[in-house]
Amino acid sequence: MSQGVGVVGLYVRDQDEALQFYVGKLGFRVHTDSKNGDYRWLTVQHPDQPSFQLGLYKPGPPVLDAATAQTLSEIVAKGAMPPLVLVVDDCRVAYKRMHAVGVEFTQEPVSRYGSTDASFRDPSGNGWKMIEARKGAA
Amino acid sequence: MKFTSQDPELLRRLLRAKDRMDVASHEEWSVQRLARVSHVSQAHFARAFKEAFGVPPHRYLLTRRLERAKTLLRDTELSITDIAFQTGWKSLGTFGRIFRDVTGASPGELRAREKAASHQLDRVPACYLSAAHRPDLKIAVSEKRRLEARGKLKSTK
Repeated sequence: MSQGVGVVGLYVRDQDEALQFYVGKLGFRVHTDSKNGDYRWLTVQHPDQPSFQLGLYKPGPPVLDAATAQTLSEIVAKGAMPPLVLVVDDCRVAYKRMHAVGVEFTQEPVSRYGSTDASFRDPSGNGWKMIEARKGAA
Repeated sequence: MKFTSQDPELLRRLLRAKDRMDVASHEEWSVQRLARVSHVSQAHFARAFKEAFGVPPHRYLLTRRLERAKTLLRDTELSITDIAFQTGWKSLGTFGRIFRDVTGASPGELRAREKAASHQLDRVPACYLSAAHRPDLKIAVSEKRRLEARGKLKSTK
């Protein structure tokens, strides 16, 4: 595939902490980690999804002024950023593995509507729904 | 409305209290218990929560309970009594009254209406779908009741 969405970014409060979380706990891989002065372009990838990068950005200068960065940091910490969905083969197995390494779950796996889902947050407050892929679903 | 800046680190801890109410809205959530989850003093918790999320913690809890009750009314065959107790009310009467005050319909009426309508929403993750039916409760239930009695507030479903 050569066309499509390549990078979608999250705001995080600390890029080292986010890296440790997404790579160390969720099993993503670093795609790019490039520093330029105060600015750090950091993206990670799900191992099964080489065409997509998840950006982990800290709001702040030089891209954003301090007041805007503060507002964004508050919004992230309140969990008010848009929903994120992680699709897994087996929600309960993934939950067990992630819970064991200290991922903050906000909802344990629940089976409903023909699937199983759980919820967790990254250290910054970004909320993920983890949904078991339905067999045969598009 | 006044917007003040709050420490993101505090907000992250307040979010934890909100998350806990979200996942177990049927439980009792005293200010003491919520404050403990957030590592905030009891004296500061309610104000900090309201500042962060726009509603006092117990009104937030109420909206989550009603949201869950609506979902159960729509998606299950549970009796209204069962739904009342499963969503955290201690009395069926209180549940019915508050439900009607907030949604404008009794639990039975809402169930009948929801069942009659057909939904094409099965591609929306269930929790977000449920959130779309969360009552938007900007004022206290008692105040809403008062205003409605004076005929000054249109039914906000």
